[in-house]
Amino acid sequence: MNFPAKTKTDFKVVGTRVARPDGVDKVTGRALYGADFSVPGMLTGRVLRSPHAHARIKAIDISAAEALAGVKAVITSDDFDVPEDDFLRDVQDNCIARGKALYHGHAVAAVAAKDAETARAALKLIKVDYEVLPHVTDVDAAMAADAPVVQEGRADESVPEGCGPNVTNFHEFGHGDLEAGFTKADLILERSFKTEATHQGYIEPHACLATMADGRGDLWCCTQGQFFVRELCAGIMGMEASQLRVTASEIGGGFGGKTTVFIEPLALALSRKSNRPVKIVMTRDEVFRATGPTVSSSTDVKIGMTKDGRITAGDAQLRYQGGAFPCQTVSFGAQAAFAAYDLEAVRTQGWNALANRPKEAAYRAPGAPVAIYAVESVVDELCQELGLDPMEVRLKNAARDGTKASYGPTFDQIGLVATLEAAQAHPHYTAPLGENQGRGISCGFWFNFGGNTCVSLNLNNDGTVGITEGNPDIGGSRASISMMAAEELGIPYDKVRTVITDTNSLGHNDVTDGSRVTFAVGLATIEAARAAIQVMCRRVAKIWGIDEEAVYWEDGYAKPSGPNAGNFDPMSIAEIAAIASETGGPIAGHHEVNAEGAGVSFGVHLADVEVDPETGATKVVRYTVFQDAGKAVHPDYVEGQMQGGSVQGIGWALNEEYIYGEDGKLQNDGFLDYRVPVASDLPMIDTVILEIPNPGHPYGVRGVGETSIVPPLAALSNAVSRAAGIRLHELPMSPPKILKAMMSKG
Amino acid sequence: MKNIHVSTTVNGDEVEFVCPPNETLLDALRDRVGLKGAKEGCGTGDCGACTVEMNGEIVCSCLILGAEAQDAEIKTVEGMSTGDALHALQQSFIDNAALQCGICTPGILVAAKTLLERNPDPSETEIRYWLAGNLCRCTGYDKIIKAVQVAAADMRGA
Repeated sequence: MNFPAKTKTDFKVVGTRVARPDGVDKVTGRALYGADFSVPGMLTGRVLRSPHAHARIKAIDISAAEALAGVKAVITSDDFDVPEDDFLRDVQDNCIARGKALYHGHAVAAVAAKDAETARAALKLIKVDYEVLPHVTDVDAAMAADAPVVQEGRADESVPEGCGPNVTNFHEFGHGDLEAGFTKADLILERSFKTEATHQGYIEPHACLATMADGRGDLWCCTQGQFFVRELCAGIMGMEASQLRVTASEIGGGFGGKTTVFIEPLALALSRKSNRPVKIVMTRDEVFRATGPTVSSSTDVKIGMTKDGRITAGDAQLRYQGGAFPCQTVSFGAQAAFAAYDLEAVRTQGWNALANRPKEAAYRAPGAPVAIYAVESVVDELCQELGLDPMEVRLKNAARDGTKASYGPTFDQIGLVATLEAAQAHPHYTAPLGENQGRGISCGFWFNFGGNTCVSLNLNNDGTVGITEGNPDIGGSRASISMMAAEELGIPYDKVRTVITDTNSLGHNDVTDGSRVTFAVGLATIEAARAAIQVMCRRVAKIWGIDEEAVYWEDGYAKPSGPNAGNFDPMSIAEIAAIASETGGPIAGHHEVNAEGAGVSFGVHLADVEVDPETGATKVVRYTVFQDAGKAVHPDYVEGQMQGGSVQGIGWALNEEYIYGEDGKLQNDGFLDYRVPVASDLPMIDTVILEIPNPGHPYGVRGVGETSIVPPLAALSNAVSRAAGIRLHELPMSPPKILKAMMSKG
Repeated sequence: MKNIHVSTTVNGDEVEFVCPPNETLLDALRDRVGLKGAKEGCGTGDCGACTVEMNGEIVCSCLILGAEAQDAEIKTVEGMSTGDALHALQQSFIDNAALQCGICTPGILVAAKTLLERNPDPSETEIRYWLAGNLCRCTGYDKIIKAVQVAAADMRGA
């Protein structure tokens, strides 16, 4: 959607650093997260999970568990109908295995009991007769022609002839004549990369509380999208969406990983069977084994460059495994791989494959970080080989307004060049480096998303405003939404209260993902405020006895528009609200939209690292993020997204990985062995926000949440290559791998 | 298994509860005492979300048994504010945007409070190492460290 008027650039509330409305609840321990809610008569649910990576379930005997005192219900996949829809069936089969356990940790049964101890004891009494099958966990092995077949017949029509049995879909993007492009190059490099899966690592394990009786259900859960949870659960339970009400708790982190369901249908089914409320809280090892990490990948990149730094052609083949069910993640990677560059000839091809691993879930810019890691590493190596400045080369080739993007569309207003220039001009770029230190840069890109959004704005009798929205607040969005409403209405921020509602109180809202909330919910809020302003002007026109068009809105007041309209004192929003019942009743504004025009986002990261020649350990000594926010509604939370995403990317680059044994079992399913960055691992993360307005939003907002995880992988790899004189082609760059590479170099 | 009767002090209040001998202090606080501020992020002492103060030391309450709270002095995030006056750290966390999702915040606040009680003027490095047992996945720690520095300065009257 393009607004006719130029995007707003002068703000009173937007752009300030106000206190978040949920702050006090969260610093006092009062905020209610997924595991914090309880109801009378509640049972404890627990899940039995497969000890095998791949096994046929020949029989499950639940009789002994059912007979245990205190056990109120035991379920298996037999307690669910098989949905006709492929997608729903996959979601259900991922929640509870049907016929085959497809990965280590795949749920096979669940119990509800009077307490956790009884539930745990009941799980031990369930006898599962498994026939262990050959498994595959590595992405390249999974794509081989003779690989163990994870699921039969899941390839869609896009898959070319000759692919292995686990390939489910194929994607290709690009334009121009590759061969001609490579001919023009002075240097062509071809490199292969591998990355391991990482987990979102949210600190709050999944939790839900379900009540289901008489065909009606209530579900309380930690999720990024209560409406999507309702859709999935109602479909799986075979009930009308209207009969299931889903309420989102406060959410303790998600980063994409809480966009689907894992335990919610199990809790509903246990409640249906026991006729009691059932709460399930995952343990941390269950979170690692049975929720969605990201893909692991294997990528080949070929790039040609002239000696003065012009990229003449780029080609990439991306292979992603996303676990035991089909996913489309490689499509995003293939689209994002070369998005930062203005190229005459470019091609990307991507294959998704099944493996005996948990189904991948979105993780902040899904698919993009590993694709851009590969491309940005080769660009950097070309710069090293040709003796070119890596920032100049990126500027020379950067996508800009009007560039035909490598994935098809033509870019509108984008901020990559400004972001690169800001990085180049920043003192960090020219700061001296110490011994064993190196500096790396990388560009990053993410599409951003708008989507279905529905906001209701109600004027209270005292002139304050209540906003009802449907997207869980995962990083401070309630503040941003209140700010945009206050801005539009011309009232103070603290006169607005924004709440996130259940699925019965608003139309469908898409999930809190794709960096969409501040953009799309903000847009709908501004429009809802405009609708309310229209009503208020109409009411005031009636009071003054003049035409509606003769009343305009400014800074929280209705005013007559010039001397011809008449001489009336401006009426404040509070005065209008106080007599609303005499002028026609309550005053509200609504807006419903499937928002388009999200506006893509670019970031540039500078990373300085020091590599210890004795141990191979990499320490990040300085880090600066440059990112285009369109308009930073709440700069603190924009910075927070930039810093948080960067640190997740740093973890991915240096240490985080899913480690599978020969037996196909996950070996590091806890925070001790899957070590995310801690405070003492890091320096301060400096941030520079750029504001190149997005023409698709009335205030110029674009999404900011995801782009920040894209550049760190390559930025760190590029920095390590300069600090240690070696370049690894796989992540994570853990100390043993770096040490080995340094020693073999001598 | 016979349940155990425990008499303890939580945030200055005398509290009694009955719990199974294998129940964690975290579960006892949450399910018996009704204080949900401490969270279970891992159950293995690796994330720090369940951090409480016990007899003046910070502990992961998921690694302590409820029964061990007998005659102890427990302090949780719920005890940090006085009336409607937030502790300087709580206020600083809001003012400096040191939380995003907020699930790690109670544990970090309790840990940071014990640091400032021992060392009113910690360096950035000292803060980072003191809080190294408290995972935060949202913020990248930057704003948390700054919030602790600001609160420390406030508390010193600087």
